[in-house]
Amino acid sequence: MTTLEFSLLVWLGSLAAGFLGSLTGLGGGVVIVPLLALRFGVDIRYAIGASLVSVIATSSGAAAAYVKEGYSNLRIGMFLEIATTIGALAGAFLAAWMSSSAVAVIFGVVLFYSAYLSNRSRPERPEAARPDPLATFLRMDSTYPTADGPQSYRVHNVPGGFGLMFVAGALSGLLGIGSGAVKVLAMDQVMRIPFKVSTTTSNFMIGVTAAASAGVYLSRGYIDPVLAMPVMLGVLAGSMLGARVLFGAKSRILRIVFSLIILALGVELIYNGLTGRL
Amino acid sequence: MRAWTDERVERVIGTLLRWGVILAAAVVLAGGVMYLARYGSTIPDYRVFRGEPSDLRNVSGIVTDAVSWRSRGLIMFGLLLLIATPMARVAFSVVAFALQRDRTYVMVTLIVLAALLYGLTRAGP
Repeated sequence: MTTLEFSLLVWLGSLAAGFLGSLTGLGGGVVIVPLLALRFGVDIRYAIGASLVSVIATSSGAAAAYVKEGYSNLRIGMFLEIATTIGALAGAFLAAWMSSSAVAVIFGVVLFYSAYLSNRSRPERPEAARPDPLATFLRMDSTYPTADGPQSYRVHNVPGGFGLMFVAGALSGLLGIGSGAVKVLAMDQVMRIPFKVSTTTSNFMIGVTAAASAGVYLSRGYIDPVLAMPVMLGVLAGSMLGARVLFGAKSRILRIVFSLIILALGVELIYNGLTGRL
Repeated sequence: MRAWTDERVERVIGTLLRWGVILAAAVVLAGGVMYLARYGSTIPDYRVFRGEPSDLRNVSGIVTDAVSWRSRGLIMFGLLLLIATPMARVAFSVVAFALQRDRTYVMVTLIVLAALLYGLTRAGP
């Protein structure tokens, strides 16, 4: 296979990953690394470097659309980015110490968990009696638009959310993914921020988190331009296409299919990691 | 001058991010076309990890390669623009919070910016 053919195939694969990732809300990043490592025989460190770059592109590209809707919360995002960026640096440094096999096994486990998180129904939490004084001090409480006008919300358990955000950042830096599922979990379930606000703020944060670890990967020589080029352009085009397609009844079936693909890739990554084939 | 409300800040940030990505993608595409036109028929090998050459590992090396129209350097420059886009967003937020006289969030944003700059400039082996 020549470089031209290789680039075109990787571009097509990334296009499909970006399209499905944005349509199902699972993100394209989670399948890029297994796709490159398992199907294209790319060293997992190069694969993670290329994936990180595509994660920044999709997050930043989608941000403009989200801002118009008025859901994202700049203050919540910025404060929690302290945790995600420092976590991302820690994860990126950890990646240099770990063997490819260990990274593959952790990646497989995270794939399982993301598929589980995105498919379970969200438990409704009753409104807590006392809001977090830290949230009040940090002026995180805000409003979001609904059909009946602006709805106000309060933010709870800031330290708990901050801690989980560090984990999200570390996973992002170690595996080259956006960790959107964990970020939404931290905001939606731990901090009890409305779901719409959580998902849009998470999208905002993904780009900054990935930029922190991408810097480390770049200065360590893990980002190969010729490999990253078709990945970034493919995922970006795919996710923009996915955002334009109307969500319908089919999105549920698609989500199940995509989750099954993720589970299969997870099994394969763990198997190859344990048998030392990566 | 209109006040820098959170809403206005976020709108400016959204536009900034979109143009950053468009510019980065255009540069990456141009460098990619140049590379494939020249080396498209070679056989790629990503199976063995070697790491990138030192000139593609830091900002000044990438800029030098890009201005001398080397295709790999040009793609890398596009990727650098992409990484710089969220950084520009954070830097702009520092200014916006300063205009709002919100000292707490100026500090918060500066910590995030410091972490980003550390990753890009101080993390090499």
